[in-house]
Amino acid sequence: MKKRTRQKLIRWTLYLVLVAGVAVLGLVADWPTIQRVFFNPQIAADMFPAVFTIAAKNTLIYTFAAFAFGLVLALFLALMKRSSIKPYRWIAITYIELFRGLPALVTIIFIAFAIPIAFPGTSIPGGTLGKGTIGLGIVAAAYMAETIRAGIEAVPRGQMEAARSLGMSHGAALRYIVLPQAFRIIIPPLTNELVLLIKDTSLFFVIGGTITSKELTKFGRDLMSSTFNATPLIVIAVVYLIITLPLTRAVAQLEKRAARAR
Amino acid sequence: MPAENVPPIKVVDLHKYFGPLEVLKGINFQVNHREVVCVIGPSGSGKSTLLRCINRLEEPTAGKIYIEGEDITDIDADVDKLRTKIGMVFQRFNLFPHLTVLRNLTIAQEKVLGRSKSEAEDVARKMLERVGLSDKVDEFPIRLSGGQQQRVAIARSLCMNPDMMLFDEPTSALDPELVGEVLDVMRNLALEGMTMMVVTHEMGFARQVGDRVVFMDDGVVVEEAPPDELLLNPQEERTRKFLEAVQHY
Ligand SMILES: Nc1ncnc2c1ncn2[C@@H]1O[C@H](COP(=O)(O)OP(=O)(O)OP(=O)(O)O)[C@@H](O)[C@H]1O
Ligand SMILES: [Mg+2]
Repeated sequence: MKKRTRQKLIRWTLYLVLVAGVAVLGLVADWPTIQRVFFNPQIAADMFPAVFTIAAKNTLIYTFAAFAFGLVLALFLALMKRSSIKPYRWIAITYIELFRGLPALVTIIFIAFAIPIAFPGTSIPGGTLGKGTIGLGIVAAAYMAETIRAGIEAVPRGQMEAARSLGMSHGAALRYIVLPQAFRIIIPPLTNELVLLIKDTSLFFVIGGTITSKELTKFGRDLMSSTFNATPLIVIAVVYLIITLPLTRAVAQLEKRAARAR
Repeated sequence: MPAENVPPIKVVDLHKYFGPLEVLKGINFQVNHREVVCVIGPSGSGKSTLLRCINRLEEPTAGKIYIEGEDITDIDADVDKLRTKIGMVFQRFNLFPHLTVLRNLTIAQEKVLGRSKSEAEDVARKMLERVGLSDKVDEFPIRLSGGQQQRVAIARSLCMNPDMMLFDEPTSALDPELVGEVLDVMRNLALEGMTMMVVTHEMGFARQVGDRVVFMDDGVVVEEAPPDELLLNPQEERTRKFLEAVQHY
């Protein structure tokens, strides 16, 4: 057999397998049930506008709050990890390894439930927002600290030296010269982190809360159990994608542009 | 302005180790007021390290460095203040790429000297004019040629009103046709009476502008003399060998 013919044959076989697979799924699947359980228009319609005005809004608020808190914490950790004072480095390393090694869910449960038990009388203020933000922010900080540190190290050493030779203190040189350049470098990975956080706010369901504090996942789950129908799951999946897709596309664009600039 | 009889730079028995490697092995020399000292020597002889010790970008291991009579190796020395007196120009320019030319020149004036924005901008424009780049105020560094970037870097240092300037191979990273414009700026600075220490491979510049040439090799000052004496009639064998090598072509 000629090479061309063989390639053609392989290609057609692959198409055939694909079509057969889809056909089998289509025949085996119980379409009426699928439509009833996953695509119930009435249940979907009933979710509006609350899915946006409460659930999506909360998801975004929790995400940005955790991101902001995590970013500030991460900046301190990154600077500590680069500190010339050893104990600071140890603390940063321990922190980063600890919270990158634990499931985010464990940390969130710990913050929400274990701390009030361990320190009676204390409780994290701010309800779901407070507990979740702190728990998730703590986890995010561990990842972002490494990103920020890599960003700082990607700024050529000559930048710090030029700034210092003009008489700037170490802090001023970091603030005005090094960090602005580092943050430009790490915008794409930080945006990726933001997307991960959007999805991780779904873990807040363990904290509980009130009707108005529900984020997308809890909102969807609760509706699923009250309607005995999976349509809410489909709706919130679409809403998640509406939020995350533009961000992941933006990251891809930024990375492409950065690659071209290099 | 410091008293004229105190040397701007005086180095006494300076030693510098990087780990076990001794890079400076007891350096003694001084730069006098309004003097232009050119430092030459083979790669790895410690020229950059010496320059960097003088404004404490490197910590000297032993020995003393006096800037305008003040011991800057002293633990209590105010390094940031010291550095505003010493302009430093790097081989790779090290302009701040995220800032415009104007902002490159004003940021340290504002944050270090506490000048107002308008005051700093006036100074910046004056210094840009001095290096012939008035039309580039709003450009970003990446848009400039290497020669222009280095002239901006010189202007940036001048904005701090330094009493002296250190140059570490300021033209080595430049295409040959751009070397002249930078050396011109440096010559004008020298003519205006700036105290300068210049690490360079430009023997022509050293002869024309330098008051004295210092030859370094293997972490020591081998020989120093006025340019014509040192370059045309070196006393030491090592100097002779080096000059033969660089003037071979
Ligand atoms: N940060 C550092 N850590 C370890 N070794 C260093 C460091 N900086 C310089 N050195 C070493 O010190 C020696 C002198 O370096 P230096 O840069 O001062 O030489 P130089 O005379 O400026 O050479 P060149 O003409 O190549 O610039 C070299 O052997 C170099 O490898
Ligand atoms: Mg050097």
